[in-house]
Amino acid sequence: MSVELDVFVGNTTIMDEEVYQLWLDGYTVNDAVKVRMEGGVMDECEASKDVLLSDTMDQYRTFQMCERLLHSPAKLANQLLFQIPPHRQIMLIERYYAFDDTFVREVLGKKLSKGTKKDLDDISTKTSVTLKSCRRQFDNFKRVFKVVEELKGPLVENIRQHFLLSDKLARDYAAIVFFANNRFETGKRKLQYLSFQDFAFCAGQLISNWTVGAVDNMVEDMDVDLDKEFLQELKELKILITDKDLLDQHKSLVCTALRGKTKVFIEMEGSFKNLSRGLINIAAKLTNTKDVRDFFIDLVEKFIEPCRSDRWSAADMKLYLTHYTNSAHILDTFKHQVVWDRYMGVVKSCIFKMYHD
Amino acid sequence: MPGKLKAKIVAGRHLPVMDRASDLTDAFVEVKFGNTTFKTDVCPKSLNPQWNSEWFKFEVDDEDLQDEPLQITVLDHDTYSANDAIGKVYIDIDPLLYSEAASVISGWFPIYDTIHGIRGEINVIVKVELFNDLNRFRQSSCGVKFFCTTCIPQCYRATLVHGFVEELVVNEDPEYQWIDRIRTPRASNEARQRLISLMSGELQRKIGLKVLEMGGNAVVGYLQCFDLEGESGLVVRAIGTACTLDKLSSGSAPNTNTHMHPNTAPASNACNSPSKDGKESPLAHGCRSTHNSPVHSVCSSQRLSQNFSVSVPTLIFTGMGSGGSAGKEAGPLRTLLRQQTQTALEQREFPFFTLTSFPPGFLLHVGGVVSARSVKLLDRIHNPDEPETRDAWWEEIRQEIKSHARALGCHAVVGYSESTSICEEVCILSASGTAAILNPRYMREGCLDIGCTDHRFEEPSPPNCGFCHIPYDELNMPFPAQLTYCYHCRRQKVPDVLFTTIDLPSEAAVAGKGCLIQARLCRLKKKAQGEANATAISNLLPFMEYELHTQLMNKLKLRSMNALFGLHIQISVGENMLLGLASATGVYLTALPAPGGIQIAGKTPGDLSSEHISSIQKRINDTIAVNKELYQINPPELAEEGVGSPIPEPRHRSRLFRSHSESSDELSELDLSHGKKDAFVLEIDDTDAVEDIHSLLIDAPPPTGFYSCNTENMPGISNWTSGVQMFTSVRVLRLSNANLTNQGLNKIFTDLCENLLKSFYFKLRSMIPCCLCHLNFTVAVPEEELIQVTVTAVAMTYDKEQTQEKTAEKPVNKGSLEAEEQLQFPLELCADSSSSNIQTASKISVSLFTPAAKLCQNQLLIARSAGVGESTNMSPRAASVDYGSFADRCSTWLELLRLKAHTIRRGSVKTSRRTQSLAHSVSSLERCSPLQEGRSRSLRSSRSFGGSSVTVVKMTPLSFLPGTRIIKYLGIINMFFIRETTSLREEGGVSGFLHSFIAEVFAMVRAHVAALGGNAVVSYSMKECVFMENPNKNQAQCLINVSGDAVICISETDQESSASTANTGQTGGSETDGAT
Repeated sequence: MSVELDVFVGNTTIMDEEVYQLWLDGYTVNDAVKVRMEGGVMDECEASKDVLLSDTMDQYRTFQMCERLLHSPAKLANQLLFQIPPHRQIMLIERYYAFDDTFVREVLGKKLSKGTKKDLDDISTKTSVTLKSCRRQFDNFKRVFKVVEELKGPLVENIRQHFLLSDKLARDYAAIVFFANNRFETGKRKLQYLSFQDFAFCAGQLISNWTVGAVDNMVEDMDVDLDKEFLQELKELKILITDKDLLDQHKSLVCTALRGKTKVFIEMEGSFKNLSRGLINIAAKLTNTKDVRDFFIDLVEKFIEPCRSDRWSAADMKLYLTHYTNSAHILDTFKHQVVWDRYMGVVKSCIFKMYHD
Repeated sequence: MPGKLKAKIVAGRHLPVMDRASDLTDAFVEVKFGNTTFKTDVCPKSLNPQWNSEWFKFEVDDEDLQDEPLQITVLDHDTYSANDAIGKVYIDIDPLLYSEAASVISGWFPIYDTIHGIRGEINVIVKVELFNDLNRFRQSSCGVKFFCTTCIPQCYRATLVHGFVEELVVNEDPEYQWIDRIRTPRASNEARQRLISLMSGELQRKIGLKVLEMGGNAVVGYLQCFDLEGESGLVVRAIGTACTLDKLSSGSAPNTNTHMHPNTAPASNACNSPSKDGKESPLAHGCRSTHNSPVHSVCSSQRLSQNFSVSVPTLIFTGMGSGGSAGKEAGPLRTLLRQQTQTALEQREFPFFTLTSFPPGFLLHVGGVVSARSVKLLDRIHNPDEPETRDAWWEEIRQEIKSHARALGCHAVVGYSESTSICEEVCILSASGTAAILNPRYMREGCLDIGCTDHRFEEPSPPNCGFCHIPYDELNMPFPAQLTYCYHCRRQKVPDVLFTTIDLPSEAAVAGKGCLIQARLCRLKKKAQGEANATAISNLLPFMEYELHTQLMNKLKLRSMNALFGLHIQISVGENMLLGLASATGVYLTALPAPGGIQIAGKTPGDLSSEHISSIQKRINDTIAVNKELYQINPPELAEEGVGSPIPEPRHRSRLFRSHSESSDELSELDLSHGKKDAFVLEIDDTDAVEDIHSLLIDAPPPTGFYSCNTENMPGISNWTSGVQMFTSVRVLRLSNANLTNQGLNKIFTDLCENLLKSFYFKLRSMIPCCLCHLNFTVAVPEEELIQVTVTAVAMTYDKEQTQEKTAEKPVNKGSLEAEEQLQFPLELCADSSSSNIQTASKISVSLFTPAAKLCQNQLLIARSAGVGESTNMSPRAASVDYGSFADRCSTWLELLRLKAHTIRRGSVKTSRRTQSLAHSVSSLERCSPLQEGRSRSLRSSRSFGGSSVTVVKMTPLSFLPGTRIIKYLGIINMFFIRETTSLREEGGVSGFLHSFIAEVFAMVRAHVAALGGNAVVSYSMKECVFMENPNKNQAQCLINVSGDAVICISETDQESSASTANTGQTGGSETDGAT
């Protein structure tokens, strides 16, 4: 005796959020039943294991049928097959596109290609996110990437409109797309201490300030590419380190401002030239795609690590960078104030975000 | 040319990719009606084509308009090879043919393909212009309204009920052995879908003609069924009740609609029930079978083999206080009236009514269940135009039903239905109903108004017990039954139990809650062919009926209840077994005597120790006690309190006093007889009996917070909130064990049903407190070792706080003017007391210990007072959480975003500067996070979304949606679909296949309703779900037939908007309706 067929279909599609999460997390039906049993749902309605199994299978089938629609969420609202209340639709979409920070950290900045997809089992083992869930998340990244790649206009808005995601999630996806497009290196050992949210914040900064769209919102260009003109102009900043006078002047201005305000003043004074060279060299090299990729590793190596080894506190670092940026304005012979602000604004907030353990 | 049909193809969306190379589709549309076909232009390379075609006009007879569906085929143009069909849409244009229903069909329809399922959607507009046709000999019956609802539809009033209409049409089945030779399954299945669509159109037209002949304008309780007889053909048959309906103006106060659940009683009394000779002695429960049903083996000339029938007028009855005295009171005029009806009904061939609930005063007495079954051998239908054989078969059965009803002293059969079960060449035809006596007023021509002229002859019958009184002669009972005086009025006789196929009349006084009661039975049978097989089956049938009834009776007693409503017994035949499933809703009628317990008696002391017996007895007693608690059965104690109840209405005082004296006499008798009555004895004489008793105790009660019933209204619950979830569930069990016993099979079958119920409770636990209503189980034996159970039901939430305010409450909210007119009590009295009664109303009705007479009086008072204080009564409903209203609010994040995005796109066409500012405002509105400086850019989107959201369409098998009022019936929905697959595994196996098919059927029903301008389907049912599989070939096929009434309903709380809603509903924009 065996159950050959068992279905339950409601006019309003019945979905249990808990089961949905288990499905998204890549649990098999049997594992999901186990988790639910442990969760005590059986006591609620005098259910037996069979009842739970049948319910779980029904729901898994429903989710599988919905999955096709979730790939283009706009369809979910005007499809006729499932009658799903709007608030449930939002929940379905939001959760489907949600991702594990540990997982995204592994693929951030990698090319969203077949090759990367093949490595997913390794990532799955490493992050203990199930392979099924990894695949879903990876495919989501890829799908979003493909759609917005062809679109004009602001990245976050595009993602939000096409995938009907919340603002927060849309911004995260924008970060992922931006990183994947520019192939920023995030996997090096030295960068391991940074979380996805750190990078997402930096991506937000770069998108808002360094892309083409940042200067002229009417230009029909993509948000994902950095402003080439700007990168070119960054070379001009070199004068701050190549011109000896300017360098000394800058240093003395910064030191005057800092004196007495910090415990690590001696260290700051000592490493000023090194740090300044580091930051300005990063700026000057950004015309090379290769160096763009190394942007974050460079920030860590050239600035964050030296500061840390000198035991600067976060407050020290903020103080230093603020004065470092502002002092440049007082330099008479330094003409590139606009570029300087655009550059340092982003670098400053990135470093603020990245300066932790 | 009496009609012009116009169709316009607007657009398509979400089309499938038909050209792999370009990932696009070159779609065009063929529109076909009758033999005329039009084509649209090809819309190249688009998955969202915009055809915006001209109006295609078809000039046709109205006969064709009724028969034919509009066929829309979407195709992919291919320059070099044949065009590929993407899918089809069949649109039944019948709803456009009567003026009161829909005026236009417009909306998105799923494009359906029998292999691929739904493949995108198409937007179509259809209109009909009808010219007046005065031809007396016309073949069409345009204008006759059809309703699936088995009561008088909410916004109508029945002025006349004409009676039974039936018709059947037969045809060859285009593909009967599809599973073995799948050649072009799509072609044959499409032919089948088209044919059935045509046949049901024709059937409806023919029924309509009969209704016109009778002088009616509508068919209520329309029940259409298909018999897939395989090689011998395809039969489509229908029955219904012809009525003359008057539309009530929808703008008027809610009080004006004749609701089918009136709160006042039939105003007349059945004093002189006709006494007929009960010449048959039918099956009686609990008794050793006195069953001598006429099993006659007739080998007729038509090669029908065995003709078997069993009549089961299940013990129910009524009595008149004292036959003679009642007659005196009634006077000669009443007798005359009665005779008039009698003859009026007898003139009709079949005084049958497919209705299950009735306007106030319609139903006088209920006799009991009558049923008949007949086993036939199917033969090729030789001449489709003369379906005489099938007609004759049904004629026979109906005659039998009619004679059973006569035997019960009844002149009519209500809650009537017919069904078949087919296995290979054997077919069981079944019919059942409830024998009843009806009020003459509805029957007589020319007497349209209720409650005026006849008034003075009427004796005020006790409102909540009248229907229980026996219609037959006490001295000449058709079967053995124990009669007692009615526990309510003490004047007339009632039986000890009452079985019916109708819904519980809402005026009936009940104690506690009702519950679903099922009897389940399997009987093995040897495989056989032809007549031998038919004989074997007919020999088994009486035993099955008997056992099902015994089970029902035992389970009823176990729940301490005394009446069954909505009884439906299905017997399904398979190659090697018969399945019987009886479902009903048990209830405690306070007019009937309290059920005695169940006593266990051992017969063979050798086998079973007395300890064993006493332990079983204890378990049974415990179960009864638990059930009493669970269903809150605390019947009013009648004893002394009954005497003291004050009745404020002077007119009745004398009579009531007399009845009191009578009842007190009676009481002593009752007490004495109590011991006797209690003696419902189960004998344990072998192990089978032990098994039976064990299986009795298996049925688990529903978990806390759940109730269940299979009727329209749940006895004891009426304060519904607006949560509604209709569902369909199918389970198929494969029996692997080759040598199963009857007992083993019973266990398996019982577990299957019980587990299904448990699954429902679990799945719907978020709706607690909730009631599963209209639980409709269908069983089938699709293959030798398979058992299929299909269930459709609706889960409805209710307000737990108010459950105590029982019976009187519900009718109040839907209170009808007519009902009030019929009140025997002066209205002033009620008005006076109403103000003070509003607050205390609930208390009064709660006190179940109030003497019966007083109780009924109070209920009437409440009816009045609550009518006055309606607003206070309504508020708790309005406060309830509701998904429908959520959808209506639309101002969700999603909607807002969509709406805004739309505006912005339009704006950007004009000036970019303006766009910018718009974008800015939108962004700041939409999210709280402030924009980053310099980031307000234009929203430019290269893709467009179909802006419109989908109308929410609620579905329910009931005739109403809680918290709403139906303002318009848009026409009947009757759809037939076939789905097939040759890649079963890829589609997720049989479950995946069926799951998506059922979801698709729901989607297509919803789309058709929305296109008619509706927002709900009531009286929805899935009448056929035939599933066949061949896993070895990776193939499966399923046929589904669904029906229901498309309606517009609006929330009871916003009555004023009704007019405007009706208009917006028409244009399909009804998502803004305050409905549901």
